[in-house]
Amino acid sequence: MKSTSELKTSEIALSLSLLHEMVRIRLIEEAIAHRYAQQQMRCPVHLSIGQEAVAVGICKALLHSDYLISNHRAHAHYLAKGGNLPKMVAEIYGKSTGCCGGRGGSMHLVDRSVGMLGSTPIVGGSIPVGVGLAFATLLKKETSITVIFFGEGATEEGVFAESLNFAALKGLPVLFACENNLYSVYSPLHVRQPSQRDRVGIARAHGIWAKSGFGNHVEEVHLLAQEAVAHIRDGKGPAFLEFDTYRHREHCGPNFDNDIGYRTPEEFQKWEKKCPVALHVSKLKETDLINDLEFAEMKAAIQTEIEEAFSFAESSPLPQFNIETESPYAL
Amino acid sequence: MNRQIRYYEAILEATDQLMEIDPSIYVMGLGVPDPKGIFGTTSGLEKKYGPDRIMDMPTSENAMTGIAIGTAIAGMRPIMTHQRVDFFILALDQLINNAAKWHYMFNGQMSVPLVIRLIMGRGWGQGPQHSQSLHALCAHIPGLKVVMPSNPYDAKGLLVSAIEDNNPVVFLEHRWLHGIFGEVPKEIYRVPLGKAKILQEGSDITIVAASHMTLEAWRAVQLLKNEGISVEIIDVRSIRPLDEETICASITKTGRLIVVDPDWKSFGFASEILALATEKSFSSLKCPPVRITYPDRITPTSWKLANHFYPTANHIALEIVKMMNKPLNALKIAEEIRRLADLEPLDVPDKEFCGPF
Repeated sequence: MKSTSELKTSEIALSLSLLHEMVRIRLIEEAIAHRYAQQQMRCPVHLSIGQEAVAVGICKALLHSDYLISNHRAHAHYLAKGGNLPKMVAEIYGKSTGCCGGRGGSMHLVDRSVGMLGSTPIVGGSIPVGVGLAFATLLKKETSITVIFFGEGATEEGVFAESLNFAALKGLPVLFACENNLYSVYSPLHVRQPSQRDRVGIARAHGIWAKSGFGNHVEEVHLLAQEAVAHIRDGKGPAFLEFDTYRHREHCGPNFDNDIGYRTPEEFQKWEKKCPVALHVSKLKETDLINDLEFAEMKAAIQTEIEEAFSFAESSPLPQFNIETESPYAL
Repeated sequence: MNRQIRYYEAILEATDQLMEIDPSIYVMGLGVPDPKGIFGTTSGLEKKYGPDRIMDMPTSENAMTGIAIGTAIAGMRPIMTHQRVDFFILALDQLINNAAKWHYMFNGQMSVPLVIRLIMGRGWGQGPQHSQSLHALCAHIPGLKVVMPSNPYDAKGLLVSAIEDNNPVVFLEHRWLHGIFGEVPKEIYRVPLGKAKILQEGSDITIVAASHMTLEAWRAVQLLKNEGISVEIIDVRSIRPLDEETICASITKTGRLIVVDPDWKSFGFASEILALATEKSFSSLKCPPVRITYPDRITPTSWKLANHFYPTANHIALEIVKMMNKPLNALKIAEEIRRLADLEPLDVPDKEFCGPF
């Protein structure tokens, strides 16, 4: 048995760690947004700013040996899973040192050393690939679990239902992690799904353990993720989690877009007040787990890491096109 | 005489022999372990390897292709089968966006060793949605390989190569080929992907044929065997990679080209071969090359309509004699084509066949 003080120490460490990872992702993406106008990052970027708690809360419940598959908005997933930062920035810069050597860009992030097995921007398209990874672990009698991140828009794709069906049929060790940010590009949820649509109910109807929660509260996300992961590791089959959240910036690109008319400034302000980083910081400050000075030091250390990552990316060589080495075939 | 087995048995044997030595291979498809065993190509395998390696699956072509891709990335070697090419069209997203690109877009860090066996239907009223070919569509996509064996020997050898290859390979079987006999060695052997076979050497005309049309080309040459025309028949075997060297060498030799393709005419494999000939062997051509294909129409169901849809050995013979300036023979063959099309159904591979597919 752990003593109460030891337990408290580990809880404090966890809370601070969740904060650190969210702030790190926030600052990295703000740095991308800040430098995007320099036109050195010449690929689409779908920023996760506002949605960090889902990625961090879930990935904190995983091991590096677990697999992760993601979508176009992949930065937070990649970083929360432990993906290499300089290689991510270099990839967005299209450099040969990037995680895909410049072949993928922001939407195709991979770091096999930490189980980040790839992200793709065809909505719903990576879901069955993740189920396949989970199926392979079952066939090979391995113990890893697989987490698949996707948005609520992907639940409108047929392949989502097909994937739930097979995961349930085979009792696969897979966590379906749905981030509901209310928009598919600029199309709001209410024009895409009936108002009473219950995606948790869809998962349960397939025979899958499913729960939902508030995606901007990182500790709530993490507790639900721990519960889901325990369910899966116990061999009880797949799990589905849906989290409400909100992206602060435009669908694709570095800017805010509350002026173009697809969402109201009021809605944005309502969600901004529920910013996952701000919520967690204020909670930790209220309970004296961190003070202003410590928080500033945390951010300063992260900024140093970010500067180094951008320096690495900027100073790295561009890849050279050669028709032979660009072969799509594996040997 | 060496051992003769049927085409479907060659596919079964290749699958079985490789599964024995490589535990990462599994077979998945709707009906794989059922009593019909995908026209006999998977019969008995479930008993030998169990349901974890010989799997039926939900009717979810797209997701199941993605799932196969996921297992391939994780080190398995899946073989997927679909009883018609047409059903697989539901899975083009996974084939084109994921299977074809995963290796390249993640800079070679993962590969997708996946075989997709597709069966092209024909005859007995297969109609608009049980008769399509997809080889040109698939071969258009960088990252995919596409093969179309025309005989039992190549079926086994190409399937072995396809399973052992570290890339997605689309393996197209024509339904009218499953029953044909041919010499097949008992041991494991490989027919390389991307290598055509010269079925018969000749000096007057080059015929490039694919899949079942290779048989029709062979029959056409038999029909004309007393005409003094020397025909070189190339069985292309692989659509992509394409054996440009063998094809161009033959065109350079004969100066005349006919392509026979079991697919529509426009934007297809036959067009690709004509483009190849004009780009790389233009100065050798003595006359305009010819495409013998399905017309650019949807496959009809009624046998009376379908009789006019599919090119036959006579159609090929007709184009050969026209190209060799033998107008009298051409008239005779054209008359025979019309007579046969009106006479009786041409919708079975042989007279013993009594449907359905």
